[in-house]
Parts: sequence; C-alpha cells; structure tokens
Amino acid sequence: MTTAVLGTDLAGALRQRFPDVVIDADDIAVWVTPESVSDVCAYLKADPDHQYDLLNLLSAVDYVEYFEVVYHMTSISRNASAVVKTRSYGRNEPTVASVSGVWRGAHLHEREAYDLMGVSFFGHPDLRRILLWEGFEGHPLRRDYLEPPLPYKWPHGG
Amino acid sequence: MSLNMQPVTVNIGPHHPSTHGVFRMKVTFDGENIVDVEPVIGYLHRGTEKLAEERNYTQIITLTDRLDYVASMTNNQAYVLSCEKLVGLDVPDRGMYLRVIAAELQRVASHLIGIGFFLQDLGAFGTPLMYCFRERERILDLFEMLCGARITVSYMRIGGVFQDAPVDFWPALRRFMGDIPSYIDELDALISTNEIVLARTKGVSPLTGEQCINASITGPILRASGVEWDLRKSAPYDVYDRVAFDVVTLPDGDNYARYAVRLAEMRQSLRIIEQCVAQIEPGPVRATTNMLFRPPAGEAYVPIEAPKGELGFYIVSDGTVSPFRCKIRGPSFVNLTLLKEMMVGYKLADGIVSLGSLDFNVGEVDR
Amino acid sequence: MGDVLAENRIFSTVYTLVNDLVPDGWSWVAYLAAGMSIIMFVVNSLMIMATFYTWVERRLLGRFQSRLGPNRAGPFGLLQPIADLLKLISKEDILPRSADRIIFNVAPVLMLAATLIVLAVVPFGRGSYIADLNIGILFVVAISGIGTFSIFMAGWASANKYAMFGSMRAIAALVSYEVPMVMSILSVVVLTGSMSMVDIAEGQALPFILVLPMAFMIFMVSISAELNRAPFDIVEAESELISGYNTEYSGMKFGTFFAAEFANGLVASAVIAVLFLQGWRWAVLPSHLWFLLKVGALAFVFIWIRATLPRLRIDQILGFAWKFLLPLSLINLVVAAVEVLSWPEQTALQQFYMALINWPVAIVSIVVFSKVVSKRQPVQPVVRATVAQEVV
Repeated sequence: MTTAVLGTDLAGALRQRFPDVVIDADDIAVWVTPESVSDVCAYLKADPDHQYDLLNLLSAVDYVEYFEVVYHMTSISRNASAVVKTRSYGRNEPTVASVSGVWRGAHLHEREAYDLMGVSFFGHPDLRRILLWEGFEGHPLRRDYLEPPLPYKWPHGG
Repeated sequence: MSLNMQPVTVNIGPHHPSTHGVFRMKVTFDGENIVDVEPVIGYLHRGTEKLAEERNYTQIITLTDRLDYVASMTNNQAYVLSCEKLVGLDVPDRGMYLRVIAAELQRVASHLIGIGFFLQDLGAFGTPLMYCFRERERILDLFEMLCGARITVSYMRIGGVFQDAPVDFWPALRRFMGDIPSYIDELDALISTNEIVLARTKGVSPLTGEQCINASITGPILRASGVEWDLRKSAPYDVYDRVAFDVVTLPDGDNYARYAVRLAEMRQSLRIIEQCVAQIEPGPVRATTNMLFRPPAGEAYVPIEAPKGELGFYIVSDGTVSPFRCKIRGPSFVNLTLLKEMMVGYKLADGIVSLGSLDFNVGEVDR
Repeated sequence: MGDVLAENRIFSTVYTLVNDLVPDGWSWVAYLAAGMSIIMFVVNSLMIMATFYTWVERRLLGRFQSRLGPNRAGPFGLLQPIADLLKLISKEDILPRSADRIIFNVAPVLMLAATLIVLAVVPFGRGSYIADLNIGILFVVAISGIGTFSIFMAGWASANKYAMFGSMRAIAALVSYEVPMVMSILSVVVLTGSMSMVDIAEGQALPFILVLPMAFMIFMVSISAELNRAPFDIVEAESELISGYNTEYSGMKFGTFFAAEFANGLVASAVIAVLFLQGWRWAVLPSHLWFLLKVGALAFVFIWIRATLPRLRIDQILGFAWKFLLPLSLINLVVAAVEVLSWPEQTALQQFYMALINWPVAIVSIVVFSKVVSKRQPVQPVVRATVAQEVV
C-alpha cells in the first residue's frame, strides 16, 4: 500500500533544507511559498530520502481570496506519496513558480491550469491556452467567472 | 536552379481517420520524415470540471461516463472511491467484488479497442478491429445485464454499486470466461508473430522508463518501458489485495511492447475476474448513504489503475452537496506529453502507429 | 481492312450486317460500327464486372471480418453497387479553388482509359480477343504505367498535401516495382519465345505457375504494389493519408477513380491468368467461363491478402523491391534462359523437367535471401540538424 506521507513530517524535512519556505502543514499537505515551489519540488525529486519522481497531479483551486496549486507526487521506489501546496494571493495574475523543469509531466497540467484558472507559472517554456482557443476571454474555472452574454439570440426566446 | 526543399506543415486532424476522435496535430514533414509535432487539443472540451461544481455528488457519476467513453466503469470507480474516502465510507464486500469484476471486464474491452485501433493504424484493413469489436460486444452485453447500459454505464454509486447482478449474469459471465481465452489466443496468433507487424513496430518510438516517469506517463505505456508500477498492486483499492495477478512488464518500450503489454494484461484481468467470481458471496451491494451525499469539508484524491493509466479525481469539498472543485487527472491527457519525442525522426506511417500505440481517448484528453 | 479483327465473330457479324445495308464505297461505316460494337461489348462487360467486383469485395471482406457486408439493397445486397453509383452520380462535383482545373478533370478519365486499353490484347477465350499484337505483353506494361501518371496528375492538381504525399508515393512504388515485374515477365517471354498474349497462353504446356513459381510470386507482389493493393496500399493509406491522391475528388470523378481501381484489379487478374495460368486453356467448361473462373480466383486472392495483412512502410516497400525482388527476378531470368538453351522444344515433359529444377531453385533462393540479405534493420530516427535548407 502506498504510504501517504504526513504533511507535518514532510514539513520537518523541508525546514531543515529550506529554513523559510514552509508556511503551514497539516496531516495531508505542506504549504510552501509560491516562489520556492520549483526548488522544493526539485529537492523532493532528487533527494535520496524522498525521490518523488512521479508527479501524479497538478491542480489549481480557486478559494476566492487566494489560489491554491496542489502537487500530488509519488515515489515509485519508496511507494510513498506526498502532497505539496502553495497559495498565491490576488485575483489578477496569481503567479507560481513552474515545476515543468522538474517534471516534464507538469507541462500540460500547468498549461491547463493557466488556461482554465488563470494561474501564471513563471519559468514555463510554453505557457499558452490548451483546451480553449486563443483569444478566449477570461478563465472559466474561476469562481467569479460569468459566461459572457451570447452575441446572438435564438429565434424563439433565449 | 533552386530546389525548394522547405519542410511541409500538414494539419493531421481534427478530422482524420486515425486521430481517434477530434485530435489535431500540426506535423512538419521533411519528405516522409517528421521533423516537428505540435498536438492541438480542446476540440471535445465540455467543461466537465465546471459542470461538476454545479451538480450534486451522485449526478457527477453520469459526467464521468463521458470522459473516457470506452472505459466508463473505471471512470465511475475512480470517482466513487474518491468520494468514499472523503467521508470514510466502508463498502460492502459484494459491492467491491462487483466493482472489480466490472472494472476488469472494462479493462479487457478497452484494451481490445486499443489493440484493434492500433492494428487499424498499422493498415490492417478492419479485420483485427472487427475481431476485437466482436469480443467487446460480449462484454457490453454483460454490462447491459448489470445496469441496462452499454457505454455510459453509471453502474457504480457512492458506497457500492447501483444494483446486484441479475441471476442471469453469472452463467453469461461463465460462458464469456470460457470463450474469451481462445479469442485472445486467436488475436495473439494472428498478430504477434506477423512479419509485417514486427517489422513495422519493433524498435519504433522507444520510451525509457525514466522518460515515462518524468513525463508522468502511467499505465501500459509505463509498464511496456520496464517499470513495474501498477496501482492495483502498489495501492490496492476495492478487493485487489485479495486476488493474485502479475504486473506485466516488458523492457523494450517500443510500439510492439505497448501492444504486447495490453495483450498480456487482458489475460491477467481474466485471472482477476475468475478469482472474484470464486470469492464473491451473497450480501448487500451498497452501503446506506443519505439521499443527498453531503461530505464534510476536506479533500481526497484516490488514483486508480484505469485501462489507460492512472486515473483520479481530486475532489475538494466545502460541506455542501456539490464539490467545491473536482479536478480530473485523465491518463490519456498526460500520456500525450511525450508525443513529440515519440514521433520526431520517424516516418509519417510510424508516427501514426505511435499515436495509436498510446491508446488515448479524446473524451478524456479534452474533458 | 480488318486483318487483325477478321477472325473475331462479333466483328464479322456486325461488319457483314452493316455492309449489306450501306451502299458500295461506304464500307468504312460498317468497319466503324463493327469496331464500336466490339468496344461497347468489352468495355461494358468489364465495367459491369468491376461493379460486381466491388460487391464481391465488400461481401468477402465482411466474411473475413466476421460481419455481413452490404445485404440490404436487392437480393444479397446485389443492387448495392447500383445504389452507390446513383449516389455518386447525384453528388455535387466539387473543384477545389486552387486546383489545376484541366489536369484535375482529365486524371480520372485517363486512369480509366489506361485500364480499358489494356483489355485490347487480353485473350478472353479460345480465339476471342480484340487484337493479337505481337508485342502484347509489352503493350500491357507500357499502358498500365499511364495509370500511375494519372495518379500523379490527380495528386498534383488537387493542391492538397495528403494527395501530394499519395501521388509521390505512387511514383516511388511504380519506379521500383516496374523493374522486378518486367524481369519476371521476361522469363515467361523467354520460355514461350513470344510477346503475344495469345502465343504466351498457347505456349504453356503446363501452367507457368508450376513451371516458373518464382516468377509468379514476384509478379503477384509487384502487381499488388503497382495496383496499390494491400499490403502495399501506401498510396491511399487511409490511416495515414485519409484517401491519398483522390482525397479532393467527389461525385462521379471519384466514382471514375473507384471504378478504374476495381477494373484494374480485374484486368491485372486477367493478365496473370494469361501469363501463368494458361489463359483459357485446358477448359473443362466453355473457354470464356473457364477464363473467368481463373480471373475470379485470382481476384479472390487479392481480396484475401487485403483482409489479412497490415500495411508496410514506404522505405520497407522500396527496399523490398530493390534488395529482395530484383536479385530474385534476375536469378529467375538466368535460370529460365539456361533451361531454354538446354530444352529448346517446349513440350509438357520438358516443362515438367524445368519445374523440377525451378521449384528447388525458387525455395533455396528465397530462403537464402530472406536469411542473408534482408535482415530486419533496426529503425533509426532520422534527425536533421537544420530543418529548412535551400539547395542551390
């Protein structure tokens, strides 16, 4: 069975290496600062004690006052999984460091998060819309997204 | 005299016979050789994640059917497992066995489609595809007995399955289990040693294990590259810890290995089903839940081994009847990461086969 | 006048009939009418057979693929080709804006014409042929090459990249496979001592499929490649090129291509039947029917192969022609030539001796070549440092 590493344990290990990046930790996850997330992930991937070599999932969540980017990662050799989170405040252009240099698998996930949630990842080589078309207005997965009024009307009502 | 030797850019898709749906690639050719590939996706984007935020937990099951529409059972399973983890719900044994039986049948059906279209991309004019569809039809018939639907099954519910299998189901399953090994052997005999198949697929588009892991590629593609990683073994869910099966791996990582892994996995799935049928006992199939499922605030992510790779629903709940956020990790989407690396340098014909060997499903790529 | 056609029964009947009606000095009208009647008869029978062949192919593919195939229109779906034809005729005829208008329109006609002209020298039964040219088989090879030109014209004029890919592949395959094909035909010509199709059929005391097995195999493979039949159907590889050279064609222009393709299959089967299966000879049935049976059997083999094998890649196809088929066809030709020197009389017994020699030679050389020469090459990705380059 994959061991889910406690966020508090992970926070302890991270504090030794990076003294001032860990913001908070609970049983599930550890929160780090958005600028440092790529360094933290590179460390978690390369360090022999952690070896989180597989990025399962990168998801962005809109909590209205801040955006949270969640990294689910798994170590195949240790059969352990961990969750790292980061928060970015501000609704205009939330920015988080890109981890696509750490895991190639983050490439498409980050493009999707940028497309649907409007989170910018600095350091991403090719940050463009992926599911929606170029020129789409807004980011539809945000909580405050309103569908723009249709530029046409159906013949009967609508 | 000047010869114009500019590379040619061709739009393969979104309407192309071998892009498995509405998937588009901007491919640059130098003669027949591929020099650049850019996948363009989103033609089937239906906003499932946004829709999920406006529905209650039970209604979302019908949305999951439409993700990977050739493997709906496993989509259901991934979703309900995450929901159950959210509240710590225990599922009755019979419900879990029924889920595993349905999921493994679905795996066989999905791999049959994968192999059939892989051969179709190789240029075998429909024959292997029709053979695969003939067997898959029997599986869909079994699904019809289970839940009345064939493709969009919505069979699983939070806390178990929708209903117990009817009495007719078990003899039908037994007949199917008696026939299918010979079908798989037939496919094996027709395809695996065919000289043209070997010449076309051996050594084409190899991926190493490190490449796959780094690119988050999972499922049969990862196992074809020699990495023994199967969530049914490493993080058993439902009753996978009570059945014996092997994780099939092959070292090569080329197109042939991806095909061979799928073929071997079908046999392992049959092993699992046989053990489940032997172990299953009468009992309730569904835990009692409230009519409106209302989990406490929290989050859950339970990945499962879907036919195409790791599938999981990251559900964030705020204590209401619909999820606050429902992020879908579709294996097909992530498996496309290395498409460019796989296709560049090979010929058009091989590029198409490599795309087919990924066995992706556009419904899951675009969500 | 009418030397070539004097023995033809249709010709003589119509000629006499019309010649009695027209005044003296107008016998050219009778000649024209007789010629046209033959052409009408032959062309229409071929087109009807090709239409029927589409039905046969679809039904047989259905059987191979454990499904039914067309079975709704008429008894056993026999009217399906007619329904398809009506649909194709009534469809809009689309001309792409950037297409080369003239070439785009001429290409399908040319392809069908090339197929039909080949029929002129094919003997369908005892004494039944339009023309017994003394260069018959050379004529067949020369005219059938035009079909590939029309594929290239279609691909070029369509201004479509897929069509262009398809037509370029067609040219590559034609250039490669023409060589072993002609080489294997040469061995037949060496044995019979004539290029006339009638003489070739008459010269086979035993069917040449037994006497020259290797030539037969090489010819079958080459003709499959020339006709873009599976496993060499790279020209219209539907999983790669959508439909290849005829991607942009619609309506009856596409229908013409379609008909020409199926007619090509039948004509090729007829040529093989003459070259290797003694044509109409040894008939236990009326000779025309017997010939048709042989053509049908060969057409069935083509369908069978199509339903069975996946497609090869272009470099494998070209490599197969040059590295494998060409040396084999040279061996075959040399052996046949030496045998003809030894046994100049072509009796059944002597051809039997030849078969005794040729079969071991064929088996040994094919096995040796497949083991030694054509080892499976590991696929190497072609990576080029500079993508765009200008050759001056």
